[in-house]
Amino acid sequence: MADRYELHEPSWCPGCGNYMIRTALKMALEELNIKPHEVVIVSGIGQAAKMPHYISVNGFNGLHGRAIPPAIGIKMANKDLHVIVESGDGDTYGEGGNHFIHGIRRNIDIAHFVHNNQIYGLTKGQASPTTAMGQITTLQFDGVKVEPLNPLALALTMGAGFVARGFSGDIPHLVGLMKEAIKYKGYALVDILQPCVVWNRVNTFSWYKNRVYHLPESYDYTNKEEAMKKALEFGDRIPIGILYKVEKETYLDRFDFIKEGPPLVDVELNPLDAERLMEEFR
Amino acid sequence: MDYSLIVGGEAGQGMDTFASLFEKAIKRCGYNVYAYSDYMSRIRGGHNFFNIRFSKDNILAIKDRIDILFALNEESVGIHKEKVKETGIIIADEKVAKEDNSITHLKLSEIASSLKNKRVENTVGLGAILNYFGVPIHIASQVIREEFKEEIAEVNLRALEEGYKLLDTRYPLQIREDDKILINGNEAVALGAIAAGCKFYCGYPMTPSTGVLNYIARYANEFNIVVDQVEDEVAALNMALGASYAGVRAMTGSSGGGFALMVEALSLAGIIEVPVVLINVQRPGPATGFPTRTEQADLRFMIHAGHGEFPRMVIALRDTEDAFYQTVRAFNIAEKYHIPVLLMSDQHLADGVTTKKPFNFKDIKIERHIESNIKGEFKTYELTESGISPRIIPGKIEGTTVLVDSDEHDEYGHITESAEIRTKMVDKRLRKFELLKEEVQEPWHIGDQEPENLVVCWGSTYGAVKEAVEKLLNEGVSIAALVFGDIWPFPTNKLLNLSRKAKKIIDVEQNAMAQLDSLIREVALLKSDHKILKYDGRPFTTDEVYRRIKEVI
Ligand SMILES: Cc1ncc(C[n+]2csc(CCOP(=O)(O)OP(=O)(O)O)c2C)c(N)n1
Ligand SMILES: [Mg+2]
Repeated sequence: MADRYELHEPSWCPGCGNYMIRTALKMALEELNIKPHEVVIVSGIGQAAKMPHYISVNGFNGLHGRAIPPAIGIKMANKDLHVIVESGDGDTYGEGGNHFIHGIRRNIDIAHFVHNNQIYGLTKGQASPTTAMGQITTLQFDGVKVEPLNPLALALTMGAGFVARGFSGDIPHLVGLMKEAIKYKGYALVDILQPCVVWNRVNTFSWYKNRVYHLPESYDYTNKEEAMKKALEFGDRIPIGILYKVEKETYLDRFDFIKEGPPLVDVELNPLDAERLMEEFR
Repeated sequence: MDYSLIVGGEAGQGMDTFASLFEKAIKRCGYNVYAYSDYMSRIRGGHNFFNIRFSKDNILAIKDRIDILFALNEESVGIHKEKVKETGIIIADEKVAKEDNSITHLKLSEIASSLKNKRVENTVGLGAILNYFGVPIHIASQVIREEFKEEIAEVNLRALEEGYKLLDTRYPLQIREDDKILINGNEAVALGAIAAGCKFYCGYPMTPSTGVLNYIARYANEFNIVVDQVEDEVAALNMALGASYAGVRAMTGSSGGGFALMVEALSLAGIIEVPVVLINVQRPGPATGFPTRTEQADLRFMIHAGHGEFPRMVIALRDTEDAFYQTVRAFNIAEKYHIPVLLMSDQHLADGVTTKKPFNFKDIKIERHIESNIKGEFKTYELTESGISPRIIPGKIEGTTVLVDSDEHDEYGHITESAEIRTKMVDKRLRKFELLKEEVQEPWHIGDQEPENLVVCWGSTYGAVKEAVEKLLNEGVSIAALVFGDIWPFPTNKLLNLSRKAKKIIDVEQNAMAQLDSLIREVALLKSDHKILKYDGRPFTTDEVYRRIKEVI
């Protein structure tokens, strides 16, 4: 087993965008020649967050909203692992919003793939932080009364060095984004638009299909102002691709003993080393 | 000989420095020290004080009465005057409470001004008081040289010398060999964690637990430890679990309110079976409560926190030495059983400074129980007789992956809704708890083997109770105390044994609802006859425990 990526039978609904996201993820990992045991997928709870069960890599399927903290712990403990966070829009931008914001501040080397179906799938159709104002849901029966959150604009404001948007219906393009995000040294956010065939009757496959367009070749992804304009473009037309990408020092690089030393997990433990600390108490 | 000193004043008046210099100088004379710091939750003003007790004997708590009061302001005189023994003295600068002729006024500020440094006023006082106890000036000078950088050390040394001229020696200490360390509870826990090979500590500042975070942070680079000041305590435990899953020893800590935020992740630790060590340095609640004061009211909370049923271990720390060794032990137990081990301290222990024998690092064993020769498909939750599954580190074995899951899962870690597997997994996790029961340490036993009066207590009340019980033993009272450290699983052997002949069980706790007593009722089916409870946020003095036991026996 496990020197190739095996796929397990998911419990996702037929036609769910999650299938395409998984296909793209498998292709990205294979094309990057990364072996399954070198990858950890960390997730929260939700339909998207079931990903570690359906592809044979190391997995940490934790709590709803709490995928980023363990991902940080894992990467700090073993810098050799490729750490990928896979979680829903509710998981990431709602319950886990604080970790999302502060995770960006750290700029730790993880790739974050948010399956953004603009709805709470697993809990049957309530509004998520990215559901449009006024949209009727199973809970907001007379329409959503709060403004949606713009994750890409927020990430840019917080200083994220890699901000991208993908679409589950465009696999080759998504594979490219995922590869770039995994290779990127630092925190890489890919917000992936994904239809929910059961609970979101507004943002359907064709709703997205008719709106998304590739950022042109000429687009300069190092220009933050341009990136912000593109992040705010979410209406009749929705740009997909890398909106912003610059090199930045990562969290790991700020710890000399990690940057220059072995992964923490390989450091020998020797209690006697600490004995000298008693001197200051004498 | 057994003396106590209180130095009191406003926050920002330099009491901390005075106290640490005084404690160290006394320790260097070969004496034992026990010091408790009583401070308010503010940065300036208010009233703070240190109560520093010292003796040739092994003292473990503070006393009601004191021998010397060093008042840095008038308010301190009013607050502490009553505690001063008839043989004691009150010392203050001549500008403090001028009219009060019970005070021995000294020219502290005048001398400081003549040295052109207002800030050395306390050092003048230090000199005076150290001479009062006949501490050789070379010992005091050495302590000052260690504490301050060159120039500042110079002016402080002159202040010290001037101070020595102000008071005559009244109670000369006999200088003995000093082979001790002087450490507080937070430092002891942090040192234990470093010795145990903790490589990841994350936390969010919260008094009185911040000292652990601070100490580890200070040595983090030297010992390859990642210290992360997290965005909130929710992140803290989740992050520590990630680090531990990836193979390093990880710990987090907070006080009650922060621990409350960790509760969901504690339950996660239970089901994913990832080892972790956590400390709750208790302060009085509910909610924000008394941020800088002491209480033992989180016992039930620590035992029960977390939804669902899963094994955990709860260990209450009794003194600084215990804090060190139990922290080391916590890591070994967490990694043996793949469970969360919860340490409980409190402000009294955390900030209390004690002299102890240097800790023994040579005998520390690090037991990790990690397998490396597993091939192919790996069952994270393999059903074994003991309930403990083999553990491997993700990424270390080619062709093998590790899946942990907060959903109920099968042996591979995959989500399941099977009734049969669910039952097996619950049983598996709880089998570890049964095994853990064999691991628990019986409480410390002080006093008679067949006592008429049996005192029960836990954690940091140890010192005050031990001294009180020993005093009663000396008076011929038939008495013993059991001081619980391991609290969950709850050890009952000694308790059942000693209670057999006891006519009275007396429960001593720093809370209002007698939580240990309720635990004893539940697990040992015994109930205490008397409860000595204190929940005013101040630690028991040994005199108070003595008095209140005496009232009921
Ligand atoms: C603490 C907590 N609160 C609520 C839930 C219930 N819950 C599970 S998933 C979810 C929302 C899922 O939405 P999203 O993250 O967008 O994932 P999706 O199912 O749409 O992929 C909620 C509210 C939970 N498991 N834990
Ligand atoms: Mg969703």
